[in-house]
Amino acid sequence: MKQLISIEINGEVHELAVAPQDSLLHVLREELGLIGTKKGCDTGGCGCCTVQIDGRAVYSCMTYAMSVQGKPVVTIEGITENGQLDPLQQAFIDAGAVQCGYCTCGTIMAARELLATVPDPDESQIRHAIAGNLCRCTGYQKIVDAIKLAAANSA
Amino acid sequence: MSDVQNYLSPHRLDDAVKAMAGGDTTVLCGGTDLSPQTDSGLREYAGTLMNIRRIEGLSGIDLIDGQIRIGALVTVTGIGNSQLLDELAPVLVEAADQFASDQIRNAASLGGNICNASPAGDMIIPLLVLDAVVELSSWRQGTVHTRQVSLDEFFTAPGKTVRQENELLTAVIFDQPAESFVAHFRKSGPRPALEIATVSVGIGGRLENGSLSGVRVAMGAVAPTPLRARSVEATLEGKTLDAETIRAAAVDAGEQATPIDDVRASAWYRRHLVCVFTEEVLNDVLEN
Ligand SMILES: Cc1cc2nc3c(=O)[nH]c(=O)nc-3n(C[C@H](O)[C@H](O)[C@H](O)COP(=O)(O)OP(=O)(O)OC[C@H]3O[C@@H](n4cnc5c(N)ncnc54)[C@H](O)[C@@H]3O)c2cc1C
Ligand code: FES
Ligand code: FES
Repeated sequence: MKQLISIEINGEVHELAVAPQDSLLHVLREELGLIGTKKGCDTGGCGCCTVQIDGRAVYSCMTYAMSVQGKPVVTIEGITENGQLDPLQQAFIDAGAVQCGYCTCGTIMAARELLATVPDPDESQIRHAIAGNLCRCTGYQKIVDAIKLAAANSA
Repeated sequence: MSDVQNYLSPHRLDDAVKAMAGGDTTVLCGGTDLSPQTDSGLREYAGTLMNIRRIEGLSGIDLIDGQIRIGALVTVTGIGNSQLLDELAPVLVEAADQFASDQIRNAASLGGNICNASPAGDMIIPLLVLDAVVELSSWRQGTVHTRQVSLDEFFTAPGKTVRQENELLTAVIFDQPAESFVAHFRKSGPRPALEIATVSVGIGGRLENGSLSGVRVAMGAVAPTPLRARSVEATLEGKTLDAETIRAAAVDAGEQATPIDDVRASAWYRRHLVCVFTEEVLNDVLEN
């Protein structure tokens, strides 16, 4: 049984009908066409579905869409401002931290919470913050480098 | 999958427990256990899905009259960031730091961790060491009725507790530990993040002149429920914490554990880890 809700995504309010058990990931991808947020495992084990709710990184695959009413959601599509890439996006390109790219959006969204709270993180803080994001291509080193670079460029 | 008919998100505790009084309600908090369990068909939704996250008054961490009270909705991130807990019950912060990943910690609630009743629940082990009680609330005779149950008596089997279907877990409460109380927690898994404990051990007590008193030992993932290891406590109580005592406690801990073979580890390996961890945690306790 679907219910009409309104949710704010990337600053825009959407009215749509969702079932109580629908995940935010499902709504983002299938209802709103925001496919930057990826579906990997759909059970909280890979991190590529990471979005920010109220500034905190969470897995959208286990977030109930109904539960985000009144709480601003930010997805990878929402971090580019006036056509300018976010410092993290630019740093991932510059550091060569993207191979197949499947994990990238989720990892950037996780790193975003880190940089908002710890502007100049050390390596272990970075690794801790992205521990919930799996990457099967890069071996992580370039991801860590990219996050360091983004921090330096934002300072 | 059964279809949820109704979604509720009450702001008041009385509305929430009233809704539970009729049965046929599934409680949702962070959803990090509920979502995979329903998706995989392990469990079915009731007719009403009730999100408890917006209930007011259940998100605090407070020191009241010598007791620490943690609301059921507090997240693992909230526990990890709590100044009050870092000062008065740092073993909880230590366990929160070893919990899953940032994304899970941001969503996972204390109440959900306890009510899910996994023998591996990482918040449960330190809370057993702190001798916590849980507060359960229900709607009875026109008012919110609460009762307290010792955490030690709360779990009955994997995923099963003494909580009645119409009861909401509203808080966890424990006495402010004494000045000399020291406790530590250790958990293992093949990797540091996103890992359900293969085994975990928590030990605490008052450390005075190199010996422990009021000892509490808890172990995770070694029995059908989180376990208080009373015989290990007796082995340690009042003794000087020297190599011999620590060794005896470790051997005893291995004997108390009744682990299973599963995908995560063999029973043999778990029992071995329990011994090693008991020794390590006791050494941590000794060093403060
Ligand atoms: C990838 C991943 C990694 C994980 N890692 C860990 C880990 O390292 N350590 C660990 O211990 N756990 C781990 N978990 C399990 C889970 O995250 C925790 O148990 C979490 O604390 C559950 O809280 P929640 O708020 O998400 O609960 P929910 O999923 O919302 O609820 C869990 C259960 O409790 C019931 N419930 C919730 N709150 C209440 C309440 N107040 N009163 C009555 N019933 C209630 C629900 O109906 C449901 O049955 C992990 C899970 C995933 C998916
Ligand atoms: S798709 Fe959400 S964590 Fe894998
Ligand atoms: S770049 Fe391929 S999974 Fe990370």
